[in-house]
Amino acid sequence: MKRYLIQRFAYAVITLFIIVSATFLLMQLLPGTPYSNAEKLTESQRAILDAKYGLDKPVALQYLTYIGNLVQGDLGYSFQYQGRTVMSMIGDRIGPSALIGLQGLVFGTIIGLVLGIISALRHNTAIDYVSVTIAVLGMSIPSFVFAALLQYYIGVKLGWLPVALWENYQSTILPSLALSVTVIATVARFIRSEMLEVLGQDYVTTARAKGLNESGVIWKHVIRNALIPVVTMLGPLAVSIMTGTLVIEKIFGVPGLGEQFTLSILVLDYSVIMGITLLYSALFIFVVFVVDVLYGLLDPRIDLKGGSKA
Amino acid sequence: MTTIQPNDGDFKNLRSQDRPAEPSADLFVPQPLDATAREELAAPAPTFWKEAMERLFKNKGAVVSLVLLIILGAMALIGPSMNEFTYREQHIPHSNLPPKVAGLEWLGFDGKDVNGVDQYAQRGVETNYWFGTDEFGRDLWTRVWKGTQISLFIALVAAFLDLVIGVIYGGISAYYGGRIDNVMQRIIEILTGIPNLIVIILFILILEPGIRSIILAMIITGWVGMARVVRGQMLQLKGQEFVLASRTLGASDSRLMRKHLLPNVMGPIIVTVMFTIPTAIFFEAFLSFIGLGLQAPLASLGVLIEDGYDAIRSFPYKLLIPAVVISLVMICFNLLADGLRDALDPKMRK
Repeated sequence: MKRYLIQRFAYAVITLFIIVSATFLLMQLLPGTPYSNAEKLTESQRAILDAKYGLDKPVALQYLTYIGNLVQGDLGYSFQYQGRTVMSMIGDRIGPSALIGLQGLVFGTIIGLVLGIISALRHNTAIDYVSVTIAVLGMSIPSFVFAALLQYYIGVKLGWLPVALWENYQSTILPSLALSVTVIATVARFIRSEMLEVLGQDYVTTARAKGLNESGVIWKHVIRNALIPVVTMLGPLAVSIMTGTLVIEKIFGVPGLGEQFTLSILVLDYSVIMGITLLYSALFIFVVFVVDVLYGLLDPRIDLKGGSKA
Repeated sequence: MTTIQPNDGDFKNLRSQDRPAEPSADLFVPQPLDATAREELAAPAPTFWKEAMERLFKNKGAVVSLVLLIILGAMALIGPSMNEFTYREQHIPHSNLPPKVAGLEWLGFDGKDVNGVDQYAQRGVETNYWFGTDEFGRDLWTRVWKGTQISLFIALVAAFLDLVIGVIYGGISAYYGGRIDNVMQRIIEILTGIPNLIVIILFILILEPGIRSIILAMIITGWVGMARVVRGQMLQLKGQEFVLASRTLGASDSRLMRKHLLPNVMGPIIVTVMFTIPTAIFFEAFLSFIGLGLQAPLASLGVLIEDGYDAIRSFPYKLLIPAVVISLVMICFNLLADGLRDALDPKMRK
C-alpha cells in the first residue's frame, strides 16, 4: 500500500512538473506581446517594462525563476491588471467557480444515480427507456448549447431566474443546472450498466436463494457493489465540470476562473493563463490520485502493489 | 475400407475375449451419400462481420441514427449548393430575416420575427431564406450546411489521424513489450494526466487559427485513448495460439501484425473511432464558442452557435437551427457508436 501510494504520488508530481514546463515553453512561443497598449510603447518604455517583468532575461533564467517562485506559491503578476498578483486574482475568482462546480457535481451525481438505479431495476420498461434517452441527450448535446437554451427559455422567455447577473443565490441555479447535465448523463449511464452487471452476479442469486427480501438484496448487495466503480467516474466528471465552467461562466456572466481564463486568452495575459492552467491541471491530477487511492481502498480485489497490469 | 492391423505387441497380454474384433469391410457400412442433403447441411458459416451487422441492424436506435447521419452528411455536401447563395456572400438589405419556407409556415418557418411582424412583407423581400439570414444578410441555410460540412470534416480527419497514431503506438507498445512497452506506457500515463482541453487551448493559441491548427491541437492528446485500446487488445491476443502458430511458421513481425493482430482488434478500434468523432465535433464547437475557432467568414457549427448566441434575444432562430443540427449529429454518432459496440463485442457492453 505504502509503495503504491508513493509511486502514484511520484507520478502526480512528475506529471505536474511536465505540465509546468510545457506551459512555460508554449507561452514563450505565443505570438504578440502581453502589453495591452503595445503599439503606443516606445523602445525604452518597452525595455523598462520588460525589465520589470523579467522578460529581458534569457529564457532559461526566466524558467528557473518561474519554477522557484512557483514552489513558494508565487505565480507572478498579471500583465493586464497593473500590480495585481495572479494568486490574488485566482483567490478572488475561485469562489463562484467552486460554488457552481460543486453544486453541479452534487446535484448531477444524485440525479444521475437515482435515474440510473431506477432504470436498471426497471430494465426494459418505459422508465428505463426514458432515462436512457435523457442520458443520451445529456451526453450528446454540448453543455454550452444547453446553457444557451436554458438561458433563453427560462431566463428570457419565462423570466423565472436571472439571466446573466451575479448577485444572489438564485444566480447560481442556472449555471449549476447547465453544468450538471453532462454529470447526470454520465453517472446515469455508468451506474445503470454497473447495476445490470451486479444483478447478474452469483452472489445476488445466492442472497435471493437464502431468502433475503428484495429490498435487502437491492440495498445491501446490488447498490453497494455497483457504487464502488462510480468512484472512478470522478476523474472524467471533474474534467467535464472544469470544461463546462470555461464556457458556462461566459454565458451566465459568472465572475469565476473560467471567465477570467477566456478573457486572459483574448488579451494574451500570459501569467494569468499559466496560473489558471496550472491550477486546473493540479486539480485534475489531484482528483486522479485520490480516485486511484480510494478505489484501492474500496475494492479489496484491486492489487495495490503497483505491479504492471497486463 | 482398409482393415487395421492391430499392433501385436500391445495386445500380447490381453485375453482373447478382450481383443477387439478384427475390423472388416462389412463391419462399417457407409451410408449412401445424398448430394443435395449435404448442400443443405453445409450452410455458409456466418462470418463475424456478418453477424455483427445483423446485430447492428436489429438495434433500432443505431439504424435510425445511421440513416439520419447519411442524410445529414448528404446535406452537408449538397446543401450549400441547393440555392443561389454562397456562405460568404453578404447582402446587407436582407440582413436578419427570419426563416421562411413556403408550405412550412405552421412549423414556425413563417418569416415572422420575435414581435410577430412578417419581415418579408414589411421589407418587400421576394426570395425566401429557408433558415433566415444573419446580420450581414448571408443565407443561413447555406452557412449551416457549409458549417456542418466543415465540422464533420474536422472531426473525421482528427479521428482518422488519432486512429493512425494510436494504432501504431499501441501496436508497437504491446507487440514488443518489455522495456519499450514500459517507457511508452509511462509516456501515456503522463499524457493522460494532463487535461486535454487545456493542451488544446494552449496549442491553438500558438498556432495560426484555422482548420489545420484545430485538427493538430486535437490530435496532440487525442490519440492516447486509441493507443490504450489497441495495446490492451493486442496484449490479450498476443498470448493466443494462432499467433504462436503463425510465428512458428516463420511469419515476420509486420505480417503477424497486419494479418493476425490488426484484423482481430478492428472491432474495438471502430468503436473507439466512432466515439472520437462526436468528441472532436464538440471540441471544435467549444473552441469556436470561446473565440479560438475558425475565423469569419468561414462557418462551422461552433462559429454559427457563437454568432447565434450573441443575438439570442432578438433572433433566436440564429442559435436554434445550428444548435439542433449539432445536437442531432452528436446524438446520432453516440447512438451509432453504442450500437456498434454492442454489435461488435457484446462483452464490451458498458
